[in-house]
Amino acid sequence: MSSETLLSVKNLEVTFNTPKGDVHAVRGVSFDLGRERLGIVGESGSGKSQTGRAILGLTAANGKITADQMTFHDVDLANLTPKQWRKVRGARISMIMQDPKYSLNPVMTIGDQIIEAYREHHKVNAKEARHRAIDMLDAVKIRDPERVFNSYPHEVSGGMGQRVMIAMMLIPDPELIIADEPTSALDVTVQLQVMAILDDLVRDRGMALIFISHDLQLVSSFCDRVLVMYQGHVVEEIKASALHEAKHPYTKGLLNCLPKMDGDHSDLPILEREASWAEG
Amino acid sequence: MIEINKLNAWFDDNHVLKDVDINVPKNGSFGLVGESGSGKSTVLRTITGLVDDWEGEILVNNKELGPTRDKTFYRLAQMVFQDPFGSLHPRHTIDRILTEPVNIHGLGNSDARVVQALEQVGLDNSFRFRYPHQLSGGQRQRVAIARALILEPKILLLDEPTSALDVSIQAEVLNLLSRLRRELGLTYIMVSHDLAVVAHMCDDIAIMNHGRIVERATASQLADGRLEHPYSQQLYKAAGGYDRAVVDSFVDWD
Amino acid sequence: MTTQTNTSQTGLKQWLTSDAPQSRWQAKCGRVWLGWLKFTENKLAMIGLSIVIGLILVTIFAPLLAPYDPLAADLTNRIQPPGAEHWFGTDQLGRDILSRVIFGAQYTLLIVGLVAITAAPVGLLVGTAAGFFGGWIDATLMRITDVFLAFPKLILALAFVAALGPGIENAILAIAITAWPPYARIARAETITVRKSDFIEAARLQGTSNMGLITGHIMPMCISSLVVRVTLDMAGMILIAAGLGFLGLGAQPPMPEWGAMVSDGRQFLLEQWWVATVPGIAILIVSLGFNLLGDGLRDVLDPRGGD
Repeated sequence: MSSETLLSVKNLEVTFNTPKGDVHAVRGVSFDLGRERLGIVGESGSGKSQTGRAILGLTAANGKITADQMTFHDVDLANLTPKQWRKVRGARISMIMQDPKYSLNPVMTIGDQIIEAYREHHKVNAKEARHRAIDMLDAVKIRDPERVFNSYPHEVSGGMGQRVMIAMMLIPDPELIIADEPTSALDVTVQLQVMAILDDLVRDRGMALIFISHDLQLVSSFCDRVLVMYQGHVVEEIKASALHEAKHPYTKGLLNCLPKMDGDHSDLPILEREASWAEG
Repeated sequence: MIEINKLNAWFDDNHVLKDVDINVPKNGSFGLVGESGSGKSTVLRTITGLVDDWEGEILVNNKELGPTRDKTFYRLAQMVFQDPFGSLHPRHTIDRILTEPVNIHGLGNSDARVVQALEQVGLDNSFRFRYPHQLSGGQRQRVAIARALILEPKILLLDEPTSALDVSIQAEVLNLLSRLRRELGLTYIMVSHDLAVVAHMCDDIAIMNHGRIVERATASQLADGRLEHPYSQQLYKAAGGYDRAVVDSFVDWD
Repeated sequence: MTTQTNTSQTGLKQWLTSDAPQSRWQAKCGRVWLGWLKFTENKLAMIGLSIVIGLILVTIFAPLLAPYDPLAADLTNRIQPPGAEHWFGTDQLGRDILSRVIFGAQYTLLIVGLVAITAAPVGLLVGTAAGFFGGWIDATLMRITDVFLAFPKLILALAFVAALGPGIENAILAIAITAWPPYARIARAETITVRKSDFIEAARLQGTSNMGLITGHIMPMCISSLVVRVTLDMAGMILIAAGLGFLGLGAQPPMPEWGAMVSDGRQFLLEQWWVATVPGIAILIVSLGFNLLGDGLRDVLDPRGGD
């Protein structure tokens, strides 16, 4: 964990213009990210996904992003042209999405998609690109990379599809990975296996990671620091190892309402929401 | 209340359930845990008659089930589905969704029954004429439970009822289900991939893998972590969050 | 007074947009209202709607709007150019073209309305039955549909009219027969998408019969796509009717059906352009109107995008 700051976000706001009025998805989120693993946890509607998307400029057309500062090294992310974005996305910041069923192109073979991702940022010939792609499939522990290279996304399992997604997103060697619920669509054991692969890759390549999830337990066991979001605000920022010392009632409530395997069948504690939490 | 003996089922050539035995006493709560492809949901679907190719013995309330189900069965057992977004008809109001079964079974008094059903699941009358897209996930799931209850069944088959819900909403829905079982004397079979949820809600648990039950445990055994089968142990450890040592010990169960 | 009107208006609006409707009627009205608001945002769709409403109004008030009797021949006034007395001129029998176009609107609306009312339900029934039951029912119904789809619409309509004899009723029947197959296809596609949904299975588990499932659960999901397709098709129906009329197989003289009018005016096209062109423009405007309306409806009713 170095003291170098990769990403600096100050007072990020994302507002959507909908027929029913303005929706403030993200309200005044601020954080700094070094070469570390930051988890952003929240329930649906907390704004965690929108925060991740705003960093990569992937907010929907009817959304407005404003921030006092949103810089990656010296690049001002809030004001990039599409041409400038193409240099940043993939090459410097990459995003892994939730469901490979929807995030992989169903009419291209896996190999073609990875090659495309690689050749977008590296000028190499087809043979070299193929070589790199197979290497990358190997790096995500796919046992038969040649076969998977020639397969279509629907021909592989969910866990393998997600590993392919990781391969695709990491092959251009970005500095920062934003993972938006990367394992939520997977079985529990497959989830952990995929996270182990991510663990190794992030450590070996010295990447920074923003891990967005609704699973507080998973995030705290994988990341260094955790931001807890509620209705667009960050209500708590805490070291993952100190989660049990959480101060904010929302965080404590979230931890308490999880069912435990302790044989106790009495009612689970309910999260009593306070209006004051939504005011940040 | 429910007795399943040597249940086998096939989807085309795939043998998806292999010699499954289950016994659930009246007012009991039985949990089926497994990952995708384990066959846990298939067990429920076989009970409700949604699976064509099966062999074995299924007894519900001491009556053996055949290839089809009739109205008496539907008044005895109902199902709550996993996806709150998909299990309610998008073009029907909540009122219509709840009155339809009442009318089909000729129960009468639909007005009073709808109001009572909504009350039982903690929804007030303002929800009655809304459409599903105007409700949150948790509220939709409550409506799904109300729909299951409006026929006054004795058995609820719960197919991952809280998997698609936020954790805080899940707690509320699980509490609701516990309360209903107590108050109405219901019998549950609950299917989930989440060991903690099943451990919390159920008295007896069966762990499934590739169509077979690999281990049975009571809730207290689970609490102590007293599991014998290596697959169960693997599931148990996986429920504890990310731990590199744990992951390295995983075996692929094919 | 103004305050009272304002409150009552706010009252109605509140009733429509209420979050907690008190009855099925209120809920339905609310939904229609929101759909309407979305529709009005689309300028082109509103133009389309205005044209269609215009067509309907002209049809209803034709006797009041038309300055002359559409059938009254005046041989001393043959083929007059557009002017003060006859705004769109007169045809070869001295009949006022404006009045004929106005009364012709009735035929257009009749044709389009009757075809829609007959073809759409047939298509819906065939499509949902095929999609729901699958197997040999699906195969049989779809092969029958394929037979009808194999022919170009105008040719098939021609064949039917030739067999049944000329006349506007037979033209309507012929167009309806050619119009239903695409609706069956659409309904079948929607049914297949929907039939595996949880809400269908849930309804089955409550004891709903197959009939109940098809009519109460599956058909409502098909209606949106169907309505859009029908409105988009209306332009085509008008053109086929015009084509049949042009060939003398639709409305028979002296009916002022627009297609027949275009046909009659053919011989004068170069010198006395107005005889054929004015009804032609009417066909164009109304076809365009239905097209724009259909497009607008699709944006509002698209079930894929949720409500």
